Amino acid sequence: MSIYSLWGALEIGLIFGLVALGVLISFRILRFPDLTVDGSFPLGGATAATLISVGVDPFLSTLVATFAGALAGALTGWLHVRLKIMDLLASILMMIALYSINLRIMGAPNIPLIMEPTVFTVLQPSSLQDFVFRPLMLLVLVIVVKLALDWYFSTEIGLAMRATGSNPRMARSQGVATGNRILAGMAISNALCALAGALFAQSQGGADISMGIGTIVIGLAAVIVGESIMPSRRLVIATVAVIVGAVLYRLFIALALNADFIGLKAQDLNLVTAVLVTIALVIPLLKQRLRGKGGR
Amino acid sequence: MLSAKNVAITFNAGTPIETRALRGLSLEIPAGQFVTVIGSNGAGKSTFLNAVSGDISIDSGTIAIDGRDVTREPVWTRAERVARVFQDPMAGTCEDLTIEENLALATCRGKRRGFGRSVKPAMRELFRERVAVLGLGLENRLTDRIGLLSGGQRQAVSLLMAALQPSRILLLDEHTAALDPRTAQFVLDLTARIVAESKLTTMMVTHSMRQALDVGDRTVMLHQGKVVLDVSGEERKGLDVPDLLQMFERVRGEKLSDDALLLG
Repeated sequence: MSIYSLWGALEIGLIFGLVALGVLISFRILRFPDLTVDGSFPLGGATAATLISVGVDPFLSTLVATFAGALAGALTGWLHVRLKIMDLLASILMMIALYSINLRIMGAPNIPLIMEPTVFTVLQPSSLQDFVFRPLMLLVLVIVVKLALDWYFSTEIGLAMRATGSNPRMARSQGVATGNRILAGMAISNALCALAGALFAQSQGGADISMGIGTIVIGLAAVIVGESIMPSRRLVIATVAVIVGAVLYRLFIALALNADFIGLKAQDLNLVTAVLVTIALVIPLLKQRLRGKGGR
Repeated sequence: MLSAKNVAITFNAGTPIETRALRGLSLEIPAGQFVTVIGSNGAGKSTFLNAVSGDISIDSGTIAIDGRDVTREPVWTRAERVARVFQDPMAGTCEDLTIEENLALATCRGKRRGFGRSVKPAMRELFRERVAVLGLGLENRLTDRIGLLSGGQRQAVSLLMAALQPSRILLLDEHTAALDPRTAQFVLDLTARIVAESKLTTMMVTHSMRQALDVGDRTVMLHQGKVVLDVSGEERKGLDVPDLLQMFERVRGEKLSDDALLLG
């Protein structure tokens, strides 16, 4: 594996670290099985790429993309909370609606960003090579987001959101408007996914309508891998764990696809993902079995 | 202070399994009174409690707490006035949160939640003091997940949480029923102490007639969704479990003869 593909894996891993943080909020904190992610990730990409291609500032474009994701997430939450549609189904409805919306936004199945300025090229210092600079910049951003989330969940309103996911009936009896907390949590979660999509489009040279396929599986994989290597109930550790999980996952994938002797090709990506997630899910069970035998 | 007038609730109306859980129940509880509520299964005890808390919306009638009509209010806005301990020890606390986070959550009951730190150092001192009163050694475990505690310990913490903020009425829903006898007695004593200290207006649903007579100032018996017996003061002091059972049988008998008349 070349040093170039290693930096590349780190770069994409960190972008998916943002998705993993979003998935941590929806699946783990709110316990809301949210597939909107497969639509909000390309929504971010589509919005940012479209705006940049017509000459809008890349930072403003990325910000607008992030808000678009927040809106999508809040809508999923609204379908569930106000219209009483089952959580999983509400998110699937939103996901397929976003497919059409993303096509509308882009006006074409893809928008290339080749010569246009991006958040990366604007900040790029001449002393660093671009494939080194991008992961470093993303690392700083991901750490900032992680710290912001840690702060949020330590506030009164953040605690109310955690209670909403853990025990909604008790949360209501303590005066928490649980419906609003779900809406807010879903908005934050999908804003992070859209931000990731916007950065992905800018780092990979454009947005594509199919860029969202399997995002939720990768996000969940990152969460599960992270939780199995750094198991902890503490949120400040969980937010590190899922980022580490996302990066490790990308490194595994890069290794698997680069090792010629295995014979895997790029088209095997989703199969490798499925196998990796299965392994990560089975490891805790195996550990338990082994421990059980050791005790006897 | 609680004022419930002609509260009626029917579950599954218009279907073969239609249940008229409450049939025009009226009950006034003046400020500072501790009322125990008894009745057989299906008498409507828990349904009434859930109607007061707002977990179940009522079909007709009105519920006012401290003069404010809360009939159409959701649970979380009533929470400003209503404190509650559930029957299931797992239900009243958030198992994923630490002991201090659970207490912090209860500290915000009835207040606007903002972006201030949820657990402040000054709060931690107060929590330590309150929890120490339990004598369970929890004051040194404030940062432990509450899921690690036993049912009795969690129920004791739930009680503390209910008393952290002022309330107009405290609702206790058979909160000792899921505990072993010794722990149940401990939680019951704690209840009596907390209620007396803060002079809380309290409604406690219980399955035990002994408990209903031993604690509180007034006992109300529900049957088929209505108040059928209401004793307090001197009359109540003289009562024993067999008297209560006899009264219950008599009430039931009357109901039966009513039905017999109707059918005849």
